[in-house]
Amino acid sequence: MRLVTFILKRALHSIFVLLGLSVVIFGISRILPGDPARMAVGARAPQWVVDNLRAQMRLDEPLFVQYGYWLADAVQGKFGISLVTRREVAEDIKEFFPATLELALFAGILMGGLGILLGTISAQHKDRWIDNVVRVLSYLGVVTPAFVFAIIFMLVFGYWLKWLPTIGRLSEGLARPPMITGLMTVDALLAGDLVVFWDALKHLILPAVALAMGGLAQEARITRATMSDNLTKDYIAAERALGIPERVIMGKYLLKPSLIPTVSILGLDFAGTLSSAFLVELIFNWPGMSRYGINAMLRKDLNAIAAVILVLGVVFIVVNIIVDIVVAYLDPRIRLSAERSE
Amino acid sequence: MTDVTGSWASGLPGEAGRVALVDWRELQRRSRRENIGRAWYKFSRNPLSVAGLVIVLTIVLLAVLAPYVTPYPHHAGPFTDFANAKLPPNPRYLFGTDTIGRDILTRVIFGFQDALLMGVIVLALVVPPGVLLGLIAGYNQGTWIDTVIMRITDIFLAVPPLILALAIASVLKPSLMNSMMAVSLMWWPWYTRLVYGLTSQLRNEYFVKSAETLGASKAHILFREILPNCVSPIFTKMSLDMGWVILIGSALSFVGLGVQPPKPGLGTMVADGARYLPDQWWIPVFPALGIVVIVLGFNLLGDGLRDLLAAEEI
Repeated sequence: MRLVTFILKRALHSIFVLLGLSVVIFGISRILPGDPARMAVGARAPQWVVDNLRAQMRLDEPLFVQYGYWLADAVQGKFGISLVTRREVAEDIKEFFPATLELALFAGILMGGLGILLGTISAQHKDRWIDNVVRVLSYLGVVTPAFVFAIIFMLVFGYWLKWLPTIGRLSEGLARPPMITGLMTVDALLAGDLVVFWDALKHLILPAVALAMGGLAQEARITRATMSDNLTKDYIAAERALGIPERVIMGKYLLKPSLIPTVSILGLDFAGTLSSAFLVELIFNWPGMSRYGINAMLRKDLNAIAAVILVLGVVFIVVNIIVDIVVAYLDPRIRLSAERSE
Repeated sequence: MTDVTGSWASGLPGEAGRVALVDWRELQRRSRRENIGRAWYKFSRNPLSVAGLVIVLTIVLLAVLAPYVTPYPHHAGPFTDFANAKLPPNPRYLFGTDTIGRDILTRVIFGFQDALLMGVIVLALVVPPGVLLGLIAGYNQGTWIDTVIMRITDIFLAVPPLILALAIASVLKPSLMNSMMAVSLMWWPWYTRLVYGLTSQLRNEYFVKSAETLGASKAHILFREILPNCVSPIFTKMSLDMGWVILIGSALSFVGLGVQPPKPGLGTMVADGARYLPDQWWIPVFPALGIVVIVLGFNLLGDGLRDLLAAEEI
């Protein structure tokens, strides 16, 4: 199978990109003026403590040697101690990452599902009022940053209408379900605890929708554009002439090719969700990795910053590979050319 | 087309030819004027593009004339008036006042200043090197130069720009200048990638090949033959990017890494105001709408330009 080599090639390329990213991150952590060892122990620590720590952190070695040690540790998941939480950074990430992932996954499902649905409706009713409504809304969705949506949703649905909770992942007084996946809703379902599931879901909706709005609008726009373009193609006219039911044409022959650009952009938007999460988690006080990352950045907690960025880089790259595979599956031109050149 | 007229005329023999010669510079000027007129006509047919232009011009004017058009210019600084603090929108303070009694309308308009400044400076820092690298890599496609430049570009594109910009801004001293630097460091690869794609197509065109055959220098080919053909996509992207850069800038100032108080940053105002939800909702909501309007304006304008230039190229 050529597809396997294709994936392997992408993976190799990704490893290269990750290595480059690690150089950039290492660079960032070293452009900081001042002595990292002194910063770690504080201004009042005696000089010998700083010297010991410098030796321990290998700060007296040349930069590329430092980078080698740093990378070797990072590959094993050792990022050192966080200055903020005073714990292993890896521990912190393990605790906070699932919360962000849950948010991003839920937002991703909304973006893909609702975006494609709205785009399809819009394309089928092109230039009618429903199309115009969807187009205006999706334009506003694209230009409005997630944190603005977050504040408006919080105000309207949280405070004025009081439909949904605005802070955290779970109401006070409810026990966390036993951690299996780290995704609160999934864990609650696995534990069979519907009360907790419902409560966790309610907490999830506002931040996830705020995160999803931009991507959702983007997906709707792109699906609409490709689909209305494809609708004018000869093969659709031919299928109609053959008397194939409209439902089958739409669901089977039109949807699949129209999804290719949408899926490519969906991958980018999903990754973008992880970056908007930095602000949205702050607003909703969502105990995720992004909020952790922001706190680390504000306090110049270099170990934690490096770890958060590397983890996001890995997620971003994995998502891109998945997108490439899905697109290769959807697009026979890519799939067949890969098989033919075998 | 006008060039053809020129060479035709000079090809004619003797005085007769020169008498018949039309002033082709004048022709060129006239046709350029006509093109602009036609472009404007097409642009003005789309009400959304015109709306974008109006929004952008209005915001630029407001920002430039902020000290003269705002009702309370001194509220842009460290001013306090606790008697009038936390007032909801009313005829005297259209957008209400913040927690220390400053007019939010005034501060939003002053906030446009730094937002626009951020966009302009970041693009000025980013476009020249990004375009240059794209030209070089695209023209040398397939060589080690291409590989080095484009692989470095890949690395920067591997993580959403906001995250690395946040990280860089966080290790520097928080200020507007440093947040511009941070965003700039993240933004050039988009131009490199755009120009790379265009250049790698253009370098196989006949006009480039013939310039090569004539022995034109590399600099001539890159800047006089290829670059002019990349200008419209670059301008379109710049217009769209103004909005996105401003958005990232507001995100940086939202977490306190951009514009520093007491200067009004739109993002800072949203972040500070979010704490006073839901009772003083106007404190964060109006600056937030300010961000939306500015990004909306540049996007409408950019889309209008894209439609215009894309159609022109065909």
